[in-house]
Amino acid sequence: MNRPRKAAWATLAGVTAAALAVAGCSSSSSPSSTSTSTSTSTSSALTASAPGITPTTITIGSHQPLTGVAAPGYDEIAPASNAYFQYVNAHGGVYGRKIVYKYLNDQYDPTLTSTVVRQLVLQDSVYAIFDGLGTPTHLAVAPFLNQNKVPDVFVASGCECWNSPSTWPDTFGWQIDYVREGKILGQFIEQHFKGMKVGFFYQDDEFGKDGVKGLSYEIPKSQIVAQESYSTSNTNVGPQVAALKAAGAQVVAAFSVPAFTALLRLEELGLNYNPTMVISSVGTDPTTLGGLMQAFAKQAHAKIPAANTLIQGIYTDGYLPSLGETSNSWIALFKMIHDTYIPKLPFDGNVLYGEAVAYTFVQAMLKAGRNPTRQDLVTAINGGLPQGPAVAPYIYSATNHNGMQGAYMAQIKNGLVTPIGPVEVTDTSATGPVTTFTGSQPAAPASGIPSP
Amino acid sequence: MTLLRHLIAAVVVAAIVAALSYRVGAYRDYQIAEVSAYVTAVAGLTVLIGLSGQISIGNGAFMAIGGYATALLLLHQHWPLAAVIAASTAAAAAAGGLVGVAAARLRGPYLAGATLLLAVAIPVSIADHWAGLFGGDQGLTVSVSTPAALAAEPTRYYAWLTTGVALISLVLLANLGRSRVGRSWRALRDDEVAAALSGLNVARLQVLAFVVSAASGGAGGALLAVVTGIASPGAYTLTLSVGLLVAAVVGGLGSLAGAVWGSLLYVFVPTYLSNVAASHGLNSGASSNIPIAVYGLVLVVVMLAFPSGIQGALRRLFGSVAPSAAVPLSSLRSLRRRRPASPHQPASPHQEESTL
Amino acid sequence: MQEFVEFTLLGVSSGLVYAAIALSLVLIWRGTRVLNFAQGAMAMLTTYVALEVINGTGSYWLGFVVALAAGLVLGAVLERGVVRPVMAKPPMNAVIVTIGLLILIEGIAGIIFGAQYRSFPAAYSVSGIKVGSFSLGISPDDVFVAAAVLAAAAVLWLIFQYTALGLRMRATAFNPGVARLLGVRVGRVLTVGWALAGLFGALAGVLVSPTTFVYPNSMDAIFVLGFTAAVIGGLDSPLGAVIGGLILGIALSYVGGYLSSDLVNLFGLAVLVLVLMLRPSGLLSRAAARRV
Repeated sequence: MNRPRKAAWATLAGVTAAALAVAGCSSSSSPSSTSTSTSTSTSSALTASAPGITPTTITIGSHQPLTGVAAPGYDEIAPASNAYFQYVNAHGGVYGRKIVYKYLNDQYDPTLTSTVVRQLVLQDSVYAIFDGLGTPTHLAVAPFLNQNKVPDVFVASGCECWNSPSTWPDTFGWQIDYVREGKILGQFIEQHFKGMKVGFFYQDDEFGKDGVKGLSYEIPKSQIVAQESYSTSNTNVGPQVAALKAAGAQVVAAFSVPAFTALLRLEELGLNYNPTMVISSVGTDPTTLGGLMQAFAKQAHAKIPAANTLIQGIYTDGYLPSLGETSNSWIALFKMIHDTYIPKLPFDGNVLYGEAVAYTFVQAMLKAGRNPTRQDLVTAINGGLPQGPAVAPYIYSATNHNGMQGAYMAQIKNGLVTPIGPVEVTDTSATGPVTTFTGSQPAAPASGIPSP
Repeated sequence: MTLLRHLIAAVVVAAIVAALSYRVGAYRDYQIAEVSAYVTAVAGLTVLIGLSGQISIGNGAFMAIGGYATALLLLHQHWPLAAVIAASTAAAAAAGGLVGVAAARLRGPYLAGATLLLAVAIPVSIADHWAGLFGGDQGLTVSVSTPAALAAEPTRYYAWLTTGVALISLVLLANLGRSRVGRSWRALRDDEVAAALSGLNVARLQVLAFVVSAASGGAGGALLAVVTGIASPGAYTLTLSVGLLVAAVVGGLGSLAGAVWGSLLYVFVPTYLSNVAASHGLNSGASSNIPIAVYGLVLVVVMLAFPSGIQGALRRLFGSVAPSAAVPLSSLRSLRRRRPASPHQPASPHQEESTL
Repeated sequence: MQEFVEFTLLGVSSGLVYAAIALSLVLIWRGTRVLNFAQGAMAMLTTYVALEVINGTGSYWLGFVVALAAGLVLGAVLERGVVRPVMAKPPMNAVIVTIGLLILIEGIAGIIFGAQYRSFPAAYSVSGIKVGSFSLGISPDDVFVAAAVLAAAAVLWLIFQYTALGLRMRATAFNPGVARLLGVRVGRVLTVGWALAGLFGALAGVLVSPTTFVYPNSMDAIFVLGFTAAVIGGLDSPLGAVIGGLILGIALSYVGGYLSSDLVNLFGLAVLVLVLMLRPSGLLSRAAARRV
């Protein structure tokens, strides 16, 4: 570069100034060292037993898509978790400590995920990363978290990959993984639609592909006549639906997010095609689906029935109690918390998810002890957790870091997910059976807070 | 003489950064590493646009090639890291050559459109095809072992590594800019016909510019993959390419120091705004968009207030240009201010239209 | 055969939406030589405005008209307020300003309306049209989309050809300096150009939103395709914008239908590269490159 001398000094001055500014901006506190365990004084004394834990607070972090293409819907989950934490804080906290939930926006970009998680761990010294959302995003940080022995609990993704206790001992899943879900849906199809032609409609990432894997484990190959994938970058799914129709699929099994479930339904209308629909719980929250289709229902010119009719009869599954079961103690509890702390958000599947996973975290923290180290939390979950709002017991163990193992089949009736069968549990292997779970779900605690 | 001066400057900056990396915490080290990775990529882009006059909104694709090449080599081969980065740079350079040849006849917005679509198509194609090799949507993990001496501070190692590579590329680009090639690029940028009439091989120079910018993009992508630990399609979306462009222009087009300012802006400003919003309790739902909106506003305001970018503003701040020195960009433009707009020829980014 | 007809008609309908965005970009480019990256975001914002009106008053057509009017106003305001000051500067500055506007508008939409998907009504039924038992694959709404864009493009053509304003716009695009000397209020013409571009963007927004749903990033993908269509057709030619949109829409419909939906982006790039190889300034550009 041709540069007069003055400008060169200007640049050097600028560089130095920037460097000093960066140094000045950095937080003065280095990551706090893990102190030794509690002193020999009375066991009720609360100490700063780990990074992120002080005598009065527990600070946890998360990465969430608060803006961008993945934000619609998913941006409700963290506020819902925070609502539950606020409820717990208002009622005594966890052994008297308040939970501080710091969730940062990563816009579903793995580069940003790496940045915000490092900020949370290296600068803000959080105790654990909780409910990190997204598979490609969380894969960017799982190795870092495990290297630094930061508990990485209840990842918000159904990928099988979180179940790797040997390589990632500090990472735990929570929701039912997509292969299990596929097997449960697949068994339902195999039992109730014998001999009928089945087509798949799935998202072209691990969510859809794992789901199809599970479906294929249960549905006889001879029944599968078409497998159509869609990309979230392309909302025109007309060709895929046309292909399903051309193949004669009488049952469509779908692993699609709500927007694309709605598009699938609308396309079917456009093509005068009416197969039976069996769709993963990820894509069938009736509140969300209804909202997506509502404009078509209200539309005066359109000869389309009401939104509820548009989604009536869709088969799906559920691993948490259904929002429509107002007599269920968990739904009552979570609705009360929603109405108190986040009334502006709709009480839909995302909010239920957020509150339920937050409840599970509190269960784990209570089990970890009064002055837990980071390892205490991991050990607590490895020892198994009580069932909580899940419909089947958790299967956490030292050798299994998947959380949920089962779901019930349901059908959307009058805008509500209505269970139509018992809870089915299974594993992720090709040959493992899908069996009925005969136990029942425990009731929610009267206080709304798990017992230690 | 030029080379020596550049090397001395590079050593000085390296010393400053090394000293800094001991003083600041691990997270700031990580941010320094990010900045250096972006500087490497933005420097090549600012050379492409500022010196050779060709616009590219697709350099994120070259970063993707560099990142994936690094991930694949680290997964399947046991080469030393330096060789991996060099190979990734070469792979991206080769792609840049292809793009340059294909785009040799394109100018202005048509080149912009072609490179934009390249930025969109490449990551999506990587995600959807050959998933066995490229890891599909989940991408590939990149793990680089920290040398034993720095094992306790991996982010400091990243900072040193990336700053080292960034300084090397800055020195190379600076030398290139002051060489005959650099002068030929400027001639090409200012008046393509005159340059051709003077005997310059226009097409070859243009392709070379693309190769250089792709190489630095590939190196930047390799560094970013090492630092973030992943190469996945979600990391190389159009947002990245646009971000590189913003960094190059806001920092100061055609200036390597501008590449540094732009990268600093790109890494620090959005997270700073985010943290400010979070500390005021504004980080849920609708208010998480506030930092986004403010960042957009910052871009608009900075561009209106500092038309020559940050480097241009700094230059003005530190006194006027000595008349005996080589003529910088801004005063050249003023000479052409009265030239009427050519009616049909799509303007290259540096041809000024008549003011209205 | 049925599939071929379905894909072709679907491609025409979606292609005309790309054409609407392409027309906005062409209008802005011709007048001000600026690549307006914020075009999609502007369309998204006017669609939100329309949605609020529709939900508030219950009338689709009122919302439709308000969206178009909002597009006019938004385009004019942005041109006078933000773009005019930066046009005297290096061309890349204007690009960054529009990118900044894009980010700003998407952020504002997120702040005011939130990130949730919102449902936008279609003007007409979305059930497929059947001729006897032969399904055409498109719905009355798809026909309306195509007709609306064609009608708007026709009106634009009439304005260009037969009105004084159109003459002034063509003169300014051809040679602003001479136009000014001849008494054309060039500044005002440019504002009108941006206003019309805003109108076409708003039109594209309301037409496509039933199937993309409305959220702050909803128009990002459509913008990329509209930009591609504009480049294919030649950024100086409104007719090129329409033809480029049709070519792109139909080609991508075939690719998505006969091949696979994940090849669509790659094929879009292929179509663009193919066209630009043959004609580096787009299909209908009148520029002959000065070769030496």
